[in-house]
Amino acid sequence: MTTIERPTAPQGPAATAATARPERPRRWWLLPTVLSVLAVLAVLVFGVLAPGGAQTGYRIAAPGDVNPGGIIPGDVPVPTRVAAIVLALLALAVAVLLWVRAAAGRMPGGRARITLLVLFGVLWVLSFLTWAYKGAVVDLGGLLQTMMLLAVPLAFGALSGVLSERAGVINIAIEGQLLFGAFGAVLVGSVTGSAWAGLLAAPVMALVIGALLALFAIGYQVQQIIVGVVLNVFAIGLTSFFFGTVMKQNPGLFNRPLRLPTIRIPLLADIPIVGRVLFEQTVLVYLMWIIVAALTVALFRTRWGLRVRAVGEHPRAADTVGIDVGRTRWSNVLLGSAVAGLGGATLTIGTGVAFGEEMSAGKGYIALAAMILGRYHPVGALLAALLFAFADALQLNLSSLPSGTGAGIPSQFLLMLPYIVTLFAVAGVVGRVRVPAADGVPYVKQ
Amino acid sequence: MSASIDGEVRPVAPGTAVQPGDPGTPGETPDAVSGPGLAQRIARGNVFVVVLAFVFAFVVGSILILVSDAELRTAVGYFFARPSDTFSAGWSAISEAYAAMFRGSIFDYQAASRVADDLRERGGSGTYVLLPALARGIKPLLETLTVATPLIIASVGMAVSFRSGLFNIGGTGQLIVGAAAAGYVGFAVPLPPVLHLLVCLVVGIVAGGLYGGIAGFLKARFGSSEVISTIMLNWIATYGLAFALTTTAFTGSNKSQPTSPSVLSSARLPLIAGSQFRLNLGLLIALLAIVFLWWLMSRSTIGFRFRAVGSNPRAAEVAGIDVGRSAVGVMVVAGALVGLAGAVHVLGTEHRLTGSIAGSIGFDAITVALLGRSGPIGILLAGILFAALSTGGRFMETSQGVPIDLVQVIQALVVLFIAAPPLVRFLVGLRRIDQPGRATRVRAARRRAVTTEPESAGTADEGDGEPVAETPPDDAGPPGASGQHTAAPTDEDTTRGGQER
Repeated sequence: MTTIERPTAPQGPAATAATARPERPRRWWLLPTVLSVLAVLAVLVFGVLAPGGAQTGYRIAAPGDVNPGGIIPGDVPVPTRVAAIVLALLALAVAVLLWVRAAAGRMPGGRARITLLVLFGVLWVLSFLTWAYKGAVVDLGGLLQTMMLLAVPLAFGALSGVLSERAGVINIAIEGQLLFGAFGAVLVGSVTGSAWAGLLAAPVMALVIGALLALFAIGYQVQQIIVGVVLNVFAIGLTSFFFGTVMKQNPGLFNRPLRLPTIRIPLLADIPIVGRVLFEQTVLVYLMWIIVAALTVALFRTRWGLRVRAVGEHPRAADTVGIDVGRTRWSNVLLGSAVAGLGGATLTIGTGVAFGEEMSAGKGYIALAAMILGRYHPVGALLAALLFAFADALQLNLSSLPSGTGAGIPSQFLLMLPYIVTLFAVAGVVGRVRVPAADGVPYVKQ
Repeated sequence: MSASIDGEVRPVAPGTAVQPGDPGTPGETPDAVSGPGLAQRIARGNVFVVVLAFVFAFVVGSILILVSDAELRTAVGYFFARPSDTFSAGWSAISEAYAAMFRGSIFDYQAASRVADDLRERGGSGTYVLLPALARGIKPLLETLTVATPLIIASVGMAVSFRSGLFNIGGTGQLIVGAAAAGYVGFAVPLPPVLHLLVCLVVGIVAGGLYGGIAGFLKARFGSSEVISTIMLNWIATYGLAFALTTTAFTGSNKSQPTSPSVLSSARLPLIAGSQFRLNLGLLIALLAIVFLWWLMSRSTIGFRFRAVGSNPRAAEVAGIDVGRSAVGVMVVAGALVGLAGAVHVLGTEHRLTGSIAGSIGFDAITVALLGRSGPIGILLAGILFAALSTGGRFMETSQGVPIDLVQVIQALVVLFIAAPPLVRFLVGLRRIDQPGRATRVRAARRRAVTTEPESAGTADEGDGEPVAETPPDDAGPPGASGQHTAAPTDEDTTRGGQER
């Protein structure tokens, strides 16, 4: 899709094309083409053109994992070139399958398509990893651990976007909310000496940005994109100002690196690869799972969720049946900003670092991208956040490889990756992103 | 995610608050009929709001200075023993900071009088003292103009897209691409003097235009929201430049440093105010860009098409304008202008590429375009103003230790206040001048229709949620970035079945 498309306005040419040949949607060739090109590139670059002879190791079981009798092998070495080619060819097979189905007008829809996409993605990434870690060891567990660390703020930010955009308020100010959350967590945590107090303060602090966004976007009906952009500037300026004055004058009192304790669930945390990722984390990570689950249920299975979505899709209809549009939007924007504040807390007290100038470093915008790629759905947003975080984790991990090993991929390309993926997603390669119909449109009661 | 979808309707012009009222109804300007008093007209005027917006922003800035001032905090510690200390510490913190801002951006009277004293001591008099002193004094002003140059050009690019109904958030990316392309030709391709400069500028324009065009193409072909794609393209350009600065092609011999070699002197924009100032020919280019904006949007056919699409895409389509092609055209022109800004920035002041070459110009340009209402004169003034704030802020940081980030806060607040005139009037208690007699009418209406409820805390202020349909909306929706497009929400209504109203 990607096309971000508004459901209420079917376009002339598109509509005609669709009726004339219902079996093949417009641009049916787009997704198979992109996947095929990617797969062929993988075969060539990761396999055929790469020098042979090297090996890539995959670390399955790390020391300390549950491993009765050493059943699970430690490092599994594979020949780099052969493995990369085989994996890429498998990915190509998936793409070909899509071609066949799409050309026959039976493009798998819904879950089947997503499953195929995920399969393609995993094969492609494994092929890439095999190539990128030439002569080194892929520590899957460590990689996933880093990914989780990086994904949490993105996921919280994306959830903030889901909350407010489902109610029809565009939230570009995620960056500012993250920053305020991070700032508030450190400030209050340092002054009180307790990371837990910081955890409480982060959402409250982020509420300031949420309230400003709501005041201007809903109250004064200023263009929402503008408000968001300006609020980000405001948040960066304000936090940097206090960082440069108050925090610098007395870092011991106002800017101490605190850390929330890691909560380890015994036994489960010893499972190879995923154990530590899922069961040895700070409370923020567990909170993220809970919020994603709760929000999914609340948005799609409860009366509250129906009302929120009604306000985001057709505020007038919602108003007619007695839903208070303004109040719903206000509360959702506030709720969203509080959630983003937790994401900000992850950046500081979640990882044990002090506050730094502009420390959100564009994460709010990646969260925005994750929300879109996740199609305004909490679970989708989480998956997209994990995907983007994986690229980032890979970049960090690859840059720390010993010299002489690895394929020497510039870290900048991996950093770019989330944005390129989003660009493709928004151009409609992956499927349709349906924007809430009234997103960004102020509601004026008659 | 943006308001507009599928390459189609862009309902609200950027920067424009939606006008709550129904334009065109007889009730629209009752005051014009009854003849409002002078006080009312002033209080409703845009200038009034702009001035107050600055006042409020600086008030907030003062509070921040107070909070962050260590001396003041100690004085507050013994406030009840000697309250005067608190007040004098506070006053000196604020006044010194703002005085530094003025000295750093407009006229450094201290340095000027120092130079004058020096010269007088050595026996000078008359113009021998006056001119050098004056030259020293206006140094900050010339520096402000230097900083304003790329900002103004970039804002002109932003204005083109805003007035055409596209939210180009991609200033940073287009600026980087333009700067990188122009800079590369500037240091890597030796050419004869004048030609070299021209080639560099053209390369910057073309690169920026192509980069902007990507977002336009994606919108026209696939209906992607330009807001998202330009934001993504910003980061892609940022990392792209970071990568380029690790390659030998861009860093030249010193590969360890992520900076490029200096632009050859043949490609530099000549200085126009003497060698002790950085002011360069870019200023002229900025003025030409302003004139170009005026010509493009007010005089040319293509600009008319852009504006038509911006204010009502559907009507434009019916009238035979290719909306998709217009989107590409707008983004190419906007990107080209921002790319030119990048080129001027590199060739005029920076001379070498660094990872942070774009600084905050890309985003500042958005705010400048908004502040200047996307008009030529507005942008010129707003650009100089913002540049003055940042050069003044830099001086304030070095001389008073107040971080320059304060300026960012002030700039953001100014834009927010200007975007919401009702808030400004509310803060000065002028709501009654806004709508004379409104309170009584509302009360009467409340009595009549008990069922109505204000829709939210914010909107209740302007009476949007009130039952009095004939209440004049006032300029609750300021013309915003583009005075022409306040009617846009209305056509949105018609196209979508009056969903919002």
